[in-house]
Order: sequence, then C-alpha cells, then structure tokens
Amino acid sequence: MEEKDNKKESLYLKLMPYIEKYGILLLLVLMILVMHILQPDVFLSWRNVTNVFKQISWQSMLALGVFMVIVTAGIDLSVGSIMMLSLMVLAIVAKAGAPWFIVVITPLIAGFLCGLFNGAGITLLRMPHPFIMTLGTLYIFRGTGNLISGGTPISGFTDEVRYLGHGRIDLTWLGLEKSQYLPVSLVLIAVVYIIFWFFLNHSRTGKWIYAIGGNPSAARASGINVNKILIIVYSLCGFLSGIGALILAGRTDSGYPNAGLQSELDAIAACIIGGASFFGGRGTVLGVFAGVMIMGILRNGLNLMDVSSFWQQVLIGSIIVIAVYIDVLRRDLGTRK
Amino acid sequence: MSTFNNPLLEAKGITKYFGTITALENVDLKVHAGECLGVVGDNGAGKSTLMKVLSGLYKPSSGSLYFQGKEEILESPKDSQNLGLEMVYQDLALAGNLPIGENIFLGREPTKNIGFLKFLDFNKIKELTNAHLGKLKINVKSADQKVEELSGGQRQAVAIARSTAFNAKVVIMDEPTAALAIKEVGKVLDLINSLKKTGVGVIVISHRMDDIFSVCDRVMALFQGTNFAESELSDTSRDEVIGWIMGKK
Repeated sequence: MEEKDNKKESLYLKLMPYIEKYGILLLLVLMILVMHILQPDVFLSWRNVTNVFKQISWQSMLALGVFMVIVTAGIDLSVGSIMMLSLMVLAIVAKAGAPWFIVVITPLIAGFLCGLFNGAGITLLRMPHPFIMTLGTLYIFRGTGNLISGGTPISGFTDEVRYLGHGRIDLTWLGLEKSQYLPVSLVLIAVVYIIFWFFLNHSRTGKWIYAIGGNPSAARASGINVNKILIIVYSLCGFLSGIGALILAGRTDSGYPNAGLQSELDAIAACIIGGASFFGGRGTVLGVFAGVMIMGILRNGLNLMDVSSFWQQVLIGSIIVIAVYIDVLRRDLGTRK
Repeated sequence: MSTFNNPLLEAKGITKYFGTITALENVDLKVHAGECLGVVGDNGAGKSTLMKVLSGLYKPSSGSLYFQGKEEILESPKDSQNLGLEMVYQDLALAGNLPIGENIFLGREPTKNIGFLKFLDFNKIKELTNAHLGKLKINVKSADQKVEELSGGQRQAVAIARSTAFNAKVVIMDEPTAALAIKEVGKVLDLINSLKKTGVGVIVISHRMDDIFSVCDRVMALFQGTNFAESELSDTSRDEVIGWIMGKK
C-alpha cells in the first residue's frame, strides 16, 4: 500500500515540472479551440487574430513588468499610472515639436525614472511592503500626468511616433492579400518577451531575481546586493510601462487622462493566471504571455459572441480564483514539509 | 590537533551593541586548520551574533578579526567569502525554488561570454555540482532537483556543500543538526568529520551535546555575551559543558 503511494507520488513529482511549465499553454490551446468551434468563421480569421494581438500589445508590456516584480515577491500597483504619465510626457514633447526620435525615447525614459523612484522608495525608505509605495505612486504619477497636461487629451502624432503601435508590415510579397498584414506591435511583443526570457533565465541578475523571490535572506547571505537588484527590477518594470505608453500612443494617436486606468489590475491578473506565485520565485515569461493571451482571447471571444462586458468581468475574476487555487494545491503537494 | 600553530581565524575583543543592548562584550575566539571548535551557550548568549560578525553580516562595534594572521575588516558576506570564510545558516539560506546546483553557486555562478553578453553556464554548474557532491559523498537524484523537494538532511548537506564549493578555509555552522530527523544527524556529522580531514577549520554552534562530543576538538561557552569557559574536549565532560551553558562552573 505504502509502495503504491510512493509510486503515485514519484509519478506526480515527475509530471510536476511539466505541468508547472506547460499546463497554462494547454489551457490557452483549449480556449482557442472552444472559441474556434463557437465562432468558426470569425475567430481564427487573419483580421481577428491580428486584432487580438493589437489589443493585448500594451497590456503585455505592463504584465511583463509586473511579472518580474511579482517574482521578487513584490507588487507594482503603479504601472497603469506610469504608462499614463509617460504617455502625457510623450504627448507634450510631441506637441512642442521635438523630432520623432526624441519623442519616441521620452516615454521610455519617463517610465524608467518612475520605476527607479518606486525601487528607491521601497529599498532606501525601507517601506514595509512594495504595495504601500506603489499605491502611493499610483496616485502621484497619475496626478502628475494630469498636472502637466492640464487634464485634457493631447492628440495628433506623426507616423514615426505611431509606428510601433500602429505600423503594419506588408506581407503581399509572400503572396498574401493587402489586408493580411503583420502588426508591428506583434513583432515588438515577440522581441521584448524573448529578450526578457533570456534576461530572466540566462543571466546572473535574472537568476538572482528568482533567488530573491525564493528566499531573500539566502540571496543576501550569498553576497547578492538585494536592494540593487530590486531597484533594477522596479526600474525595468517602469521602462516596460514606458514601452506600453509608446504603443498606446500609436494605437490611439492621443495622450488622454484615463489611459491605463485600472490596467495594473489586468497586468497582475495576467501574471497570476499565467502561473506566477504571489509568494515569489515562481512563474515563467511564457506563462505571463499565456496569461495575457487568455485574457485577451476571453475578451475578444465574448465580444464576438455579444456577451455583455459584465459577464466578462465575472469570468476573468473566476479564472483568477481558479488559477490561484491551483497554485495553492501545487504548493501543498509539490513541496515537502 | 595542532593547537600550537597559528590560528586560521582569530577574533579578539569583539563587542557588539544593538542600540542600548550589549549582545557581545569583549569576546575572543580562535580556530585552527583541521580543527573543530564547538560554541555553546543558552538562547541569547550571543552565539548567533558572534557568527554573524564572523561572516561579515554584522559589523562589530569594536574588536578585530585576524585571518591567517592578518587583520581583516569585513564589510559584507562577500568579503568573508572572498577570504574563504563560509557560513551555513540555521535556516539553511537556500532558495527552495532553485535547483541544487544553482543554490550551490548562487551569487557566484560560472558564466560564458557570447559576444559582449554574459550568460549562465548551466553545463558547467551541473558538472561542478556533480563533482563536488561526489567528493563529499552526498547522494541526490540529480543536481537539477529543486531544493524544496529535498529532505531536511539533504538540504543541510546541500548547504554544507554550498559552503565548501569555493575552497573554504573556515566553515561556520549554526545548529547544523537542529532541523534534522535522527537518522540524518549521523550523516551530517560524518560530513563535518570529513571536512576536518581536508584541513578546513570548522566552527559548530550547537545545543546538542551529542554533536559537540562527536565532532569537536575544543569547546567554548558564551554566557550573557561574554567568554565564560573554554576547554579541549578531552579535558571536560558533558555535565560540565551543560553547567557552563547555565552559567555554572
């Protein structure tokens, strides 16, 4: 009897890493299948698929940034506000008539500096939890964005500025039709995600980010400068929010006060659905991407079927709860006590 | 053991204040190559504080440290590691979410350059881990196993392996058997004995007389943050050492 149990456990332990790594992709594929069956003509059409990617483009940047923060067992509530402030800075610089290559860099710098401010506050001011610091900056950054713009939308950017969010890569040379283009934002998502996957999995700093999430005192005892790594993580999170602002500027052609409102919650939800653990040290870049996709497809699919947005909220909320419950089960079974 | 040689590590007159609290007062300690020093004392006697001073985690308020006869000032754990002074913490200081190999090399990962970028060299980590675990006769399924999947004894073995992976000269262990099942204690004590044979100086902090009397050569007692008593192990008895812990001579 005991032997049987051991066998069961060892099979479970063997499957565990694969479930942890690819289980979420399974869910994603399942969702795509279901949507395809429900909407066979529309869902997998070129137009709709590119549409999904365009819709998730800026959210995927926020989610990736928040993911890194969550890996360190922290949280960043200010990403939506960082994106709004970066967008406003971009709009003002653009309206002032700066050349496009300056306009394009400004949101990245603004986002980075906001993240640096968060990181410095959490480490140097020794805030008891990143929640508090970033809750504060959620208000500070959005307020600043409204102060510098007067709280009114600023519209009209040049094509160069809009390229990353709005650009199209023509595929007619492949024999495809003119409407079957590749959104530049899709390529950008792929490039950014691949770079950050390498960074988190193959660089020492990336490994230390996971180590800090796993056991901060172990990291400190190993001679890792934990505060420095945390500042890097929050700065990169801000930088990614800045990229989000640049994409959004392209998509909407406007800097507006409500940009990114509550999008920090979407970003956190995508990470959690994608298997990142709030306890830190757990989760993959691929998982976050799957999380972002699941939320994007859910919204898109339900819109196609004319389901009210209220039901969308209920469904997304349910998926979060279920995903976290799976995380709880995994912790119970996967670790020896 | 050759106590006549110069000590490998010596602490003189270590004092440490935390605000108005005196955690250590004028404490001396020394350990020689191939020797195991046992440090005993009641809770709050200052053992852990002393170890944290030796590992560079705390800066002493006054007093000095000598390593191989030379005075050293430790600003961080990195400094003590660079000297060959390693610490095995009571809470093991391992990251459970990382594999064994990455824990052993945490903070000192081997890298390879591809162009101008530095990437972790996972093959080298695995290779070095297997070689090192083999040398210490530590059995695990695979160097890729996550630490959270290991038993307490295996984790302690990994923690010790971690401390000795970089030519450690002195290894300091805080309660190395406290969290272990009885059958695992023996294995860890064997590991300490084999470390001594390689010429490493070992400092063991422990409450357990069994630990002290099976691996140590010398024992010193702290009481209320001061040196209370010290003796070669052969010149004392369990009852006497237990008396020291309680402040009786």
